[in-house]
Amino acid sequence: MTVRTAEFLMAITMAAFSIYLMVKSYELPIGWIKDEGPGGGAWPFWLSAILLISCAGILFNWFRKHGPIATSKKVYIESHVLMEVTSVAVALIITVGLFSFIGIYGALPLFLIFYLRFLGKHSWKLTATLAVLIPVVIFYFFEVTLKIILPKGMTEPLFIPLYKLFF
Amino acid sequence: MLEILGLLGNGFLVVFEPLNLALIVGGCALGLFIGAMPGLGSVNGVAILLPLTFLVPPTGAIIFLAAIYYGAMYGGAISSIMLGIPGASTAVATTFDGRPLAKQGMADKALTGAAVASFVGGSISVVLFTFFAPPLAHVALVFGSPEEFALMMLAFATFVGLGGDDLFKTIFSIAIGLVLSAIGFDIISGEPRLVLWDITGFLHGINFLVLAIGIYGIGEMLWTVEENALGGGKSMLSDATVTVARTFANLRELVSSWKTMVMGSVLGYFVGILPAAGATPGSLMSYGLAKQMSKDPDSFGKGNIEGVVAPEAANNAASTGSMLPMLTLGIPGSPTTAILLGGMVIWGLEPGPRLFTDHSEFVWGLIASLYAANLFAVIINIAFIPVFIQILKTPFTILAPIIFILCLIGGYAPTQDMHDVWLMLVFGIVGYLMRKLDYPLAPAVLAIVLGPLAEPALRQSLIISDGSFSIFFTRTYAGPIMITAILFLFLPVFKMVYVKMRNKLA
Repeated sequence: MTVRTAEFLMAITMAAFSIYLMVKSYELPIGWIKDEGPGGGAWPFWLSAILLISCAGILFNWFRKHGPIATSKKVYIESHVLMEVTSVAVALIITVGLFSFIGIYGALPLFLIFYLRFLGKHSWKLTATLAVLIPVVIFYFFEVTLKIILPKGMTEPLFIPLYKLFF
Repeated sequence: MLEILGLLGNGFLVVFEPLNLALIVGGCALGLFIGAMPGLGSVNGVAILLPLTFLVPPTGAIIFLAAIYYGAMYGGAISSIMLGIPGASTAVATTFDGRPLAKQGMADKALTGAAVASFVGGSISVVLFTFFAPPLAHVALVFGSPEEFALMMLAFATFVGLGGDDLFKTIFSIAIGLVLSAIGFDIISGEPRLVLWDITGFLHGINFLVLAIGIYGIGEMLWTVEENALGGGKSMLSDATVTVARTFANLRELVSSWKTMVMGSVLGYFVGILPAAGATPGSLMSYGLAKQMSKDPDSFGKGNIEGVVAPEAANNAASTGSMLPMLTLGIPGSPTTAILLGGMVIWGLEPGPRLFTDHSEFVWGLIASLYAANLFAVIINIAFIPVFIQILKTPFTILAPIIFILCLIGGYAPTQDMHDVWLMLVFGIVGYLMRKLDYPLAPAVLAIVLGPLAEPALRQSLIISDGSFSIFFTRTYAGPIMITAILFLFLPVFKMVYVKMRNKLA
């Protein structure tokens, strides 16, 4: 896919999104309400309209082939880069998905092992050290010090003795 | 004058509390580290680390974040010089002469020059700040909703007017930030609003940090993953010999550059005040001016120390300058200050001129901390140059997962809702895809912070005027501000007409 094609697809997607936002804003009054001022939907409605106009502007420039992006024939994401970026993005999505099941302390070591060992090609020794050390530091910093309870999913019961110890 | 000095004295009392002092030193060191990492700058550091500050009181939190801001401005030069890759966009101009100097085996000279210039820039600008801020805040005390809205329009208009070629993308970015900030509840009628796809998670709105960490954390890191993949992961670290004797010799040589430093500082400070401009254009302008003023302009780009000193003084001065409108008017001068402003809202402080009267300790503690942070940053920087060079050798594949994890937790911490973590991932990935198409993303972050303040200001103004927009033009302060905003808005059109006319004549 060239940059030019990507530009078109992005502008079309965002134009559709702005129309959706306009429709959604219209659920609230967008006109003037006596003694109350503008209705609750007015502000987002007109902003979404501006959004739509700017998308139209981007598309206009695209059609008349104006500007470096609209004329670029370069590949949008190079294939070897695409592999790398996609694997990182997918790893992040899976990690966040796992938060609710095996909890943050199950998901983070897996993410670290994947990143350090398979993307970074670091030694197993370093990988294992960091995969254990970082979650421990996070537990102390966020849960013990800041009192922000992070999601634990099914591992919750394992933490009850620790809660008793620290709180 | 005396009153200001008295207040500043009180501020120093706040700064010298052990906790705050520790936060400044820690913040400076962390900021230097973040700034030195290629790709990460002050805005990334402040966005990713803001959730960590919930532990300390607001004054401590802002002092810590401001120290990171400062440290990152110093640190940006380190990778510009050693790697030839700007540590942050604000340090782009530093590569022009810093890199050639490093290649000639004078990396230590460039690093010392950058540190000293940063110190001069920081010092001059913080003094200017101390004496500009209180009068400006005083004037702003009479501002009502129409003035507030006019100021925000001015902030957005400068982005449109000065924001490069792609006009529509800048407008898009501003509007999307404002719309995203409108999600949740209508503040006046209390009705749920824009609950996208009826997902209940949108009911509590979108915290600005979700967007900021999405764009500046996840998105920026994906961008860096790409850059690394393109560069083949090769390191281009220069060698540097650092000895005490050489450092002192370098410091002595720098005395002759004082004029450039002062010029860069003053220029950077005033450019920094403008909302859209900030440190990156400030440092580029300073570089250009230094070259024009120089007796030997041809040596620029080939390793002239003046070419390092000028942008470094300017970018530090600009970072202080950008805090001026944030503190006095509640309008951030840069994406980083936008995040600081959002932080103030989280900590329960209402941004704007009343801060100076209602939360004097907070404001003056922050100002005094800038003096202290500047001093600590230069000391840490010069003393630990060899350490920072070592840090640059840390492989990206070790740092990247740690930063990603910090982002995920940072997105979760403010609301403790998994919905926000998912949303942050979406913003990060979409933001990355948009950035590749040259969509400017800083205006969106500014807009999501200002949105919740702009909407009530607009609606209240319209209630006062019974629906007439003339209220923005007829009041003493709102009128000129709004007209300036409109002029900025049409600046790209004027530019286009001018270029066409010139082409016709030529």
